Amino acid sequence: MNYSKKVINHFTHPHNQGVIKNPDGVGMVGNPTCGDLMKIYIKVKKNKNKKEIISDIKFETLGCASAIATSSMITDLAKNKPLDEAKKITRNDVAEALEGLPPVKMHCSNLASDALGEAIKDYEKKN
Amino acid sequence: MANAKKIYLDYAATTPTDREVLKTMLPYFNIEFGNASSLHSFGRNAMDAVAEARKKIARFFDAKEDEIIFTSGATESNNLAIKGILRAYQKNTKNIGKIPHIITTAFEHSCILKTCQKLEEEGSAEITYLPVYSNGIVKIKDAQNAIKENTLLISAMYANNEIGTVQPIAKIGKLLKNVNKNRQQKIFFHTDATQAIAYFDCDVKKLGVDLLSMSAHKIYGPKGVGILYVKKGTKITRIQDGGDQEFSLRAGTLNTAGIVGLGKAIEILQKTKGRDAKKVNDLRDYLIKKILKEIPAARLNGSRIKRLPNNANFSFSNVEGESLLLYLDAEGIACSTGSACSSGSLDPSHVLLAIGLKPEQAHGSLRVSLGKYTVKKEVAIFITKLKKILQKLRKVSGKVLQEYYSQKNI
Ligand SMILES: Cc1ncc(COP(=O)(O)O)c(C=O)c1O
Ligand code: FES
Repeated sequence: MNYSKKVINHFTHPHNQGVIKNPDGVGMVGNPTCGDLMKIYIKVKKNKNKKEIISDIKFETLGCASAIATSSMITDLAKNKPLDEAKKITRNDVAEALEGLPPVKMHCSNLASDALGEAIKDYEKKN
Repeated sequence: MANAKKIYLDYAATTPTDREVLKTMLPYFNIEFGNASSLHSFGRNAMDAVAEARKKIARFFDAKEDEIIFTSGATESNNLAIKGILRAYQKNTKNIGKIPHIITTAFEHSCILKTCQKLEEEGSAEITYLPVYSNGIVKIKDAQNAIKENTLLISAMYANNEIGTVQPIAKIGKLLKNVNKNRQQKIFFHTDATQAIAYFDCDVKKLGVDLLSMSAHKIYGPKGVGILYVKKGTKITRIQDGGDQEFSLRAGTLNTAGIVGLGKAIEILQKTKGRDAKKVNDLRDYLIKKILKEIPAARLNGSRIKRLPNNANFSFSNVEGESLLLYLDAEGIACSTGSACSSGSLDPSHVLLAIGLKPEQAHGSLRVSLGKYTVKKEVAIFITKLKKILQKLRKVSGKVLQEYYSQKNI
């Protein structure tokens, strides 16, 4: 099993890693039994056109290299995106942006899109 | 070692071939290259070399020469031991319609476990898996209680490959000696000694085993060669059909170079065993002590005392093993993990689960195994790097695990 350079880069130097204090939305998915837990924090602001955009996003992840890399990548993909566009990010988008994932690791990218989805849902529920 | 900058701490996976061993093997590839079964001088020279190796190996195990069967390694030896004993049993007309019983342990190497599971599925044997408890050691009492009228074989590993814990093989041997006195169906005793060879006494008489498996590459010999010791009189049948090599127990052209290499590796081991074991044991103790003292939320898996002198297996909370392994690898350090994420199966190590670890503890495991070329400086560098990496990965995972559990409890 080999990871792409991009996966290794995101894994060793993850983007947007950390916590947002007073986040507008939080999503946590995964299960320690299978080894992965992923948590995504978002801040939402309205832009000039009154569209809600993800102004800040951070993650915390307990998991394998692929889980950390997909967390990092999804935060990159979602940052500064309108909510309705961010919702549409699929696991394939994440995997493609990472120049592919080994087949057994595809479920880690699932987690990333699920965690983002949960964070947005959480925001929408509160607002 | 060849790669001075890198640090190899995965000797339980395999060892580098000793330079002396390699030198001894080389002529058997292109000079004395004959097929050991051929009658001409090329063949005879090859067979002489095989006989010489067999003699050294037999001496090491306190066995007779015709009790040593060369194989392609422990996987094959284990398969031959179990399936060969079973087949001999089935071939006996007295046993028609009977299903024999095999006892093994819950944390054998996959080549034993999967063989047993398959026999169970096929309906050709009943299997009992002995528990190994939190210290990773079977209880004699459990073995004794598991014995039934139709028990045919006990197969128990000498030392576990992941957590290094040592099983009371000689005691089981003694138990069976007594039990077998008043039984119709003799219980054969097999041990997978692959990990133990380099460090523990492997005198087959003292152990009281009928069968013993090992691989050369765990003792500074080449890969793809090993032996099955088969005590004289053991009712076993070949499982691979073909030529009549190895007393008709294992068909196939002999791997002359590999066998010569195994012979040399055993010869060196016999001379250096005690000394190397002591050195490795001291280094390993230093490693365990320092890690448990200086790294928070670290635990040692398996018995502290009854374990291979070269093995340390830890679980670190709030990290996942594959991540840990790859960060270490990026620093040029090679270790191993029982995390599922590195195996592609999604289930964490059956060994760590068998000793009662929670899945997340198994996922956060790291096996560090030392060898005769390991030096203190490498261990010290490893610990320094490990600390930094754990800090980083624990920052990445934050408190997700604790939060997961507190949410679940609401
Ligand atoms: C205890 C044990 N048994 C069997 C094996 C299999 O050895 P090989 O891969 O050389 O056949 C190993 C090696 O990983 C082992 O550690
Ligand atoms: S976290 Fe285990 S496979 Fe990704």
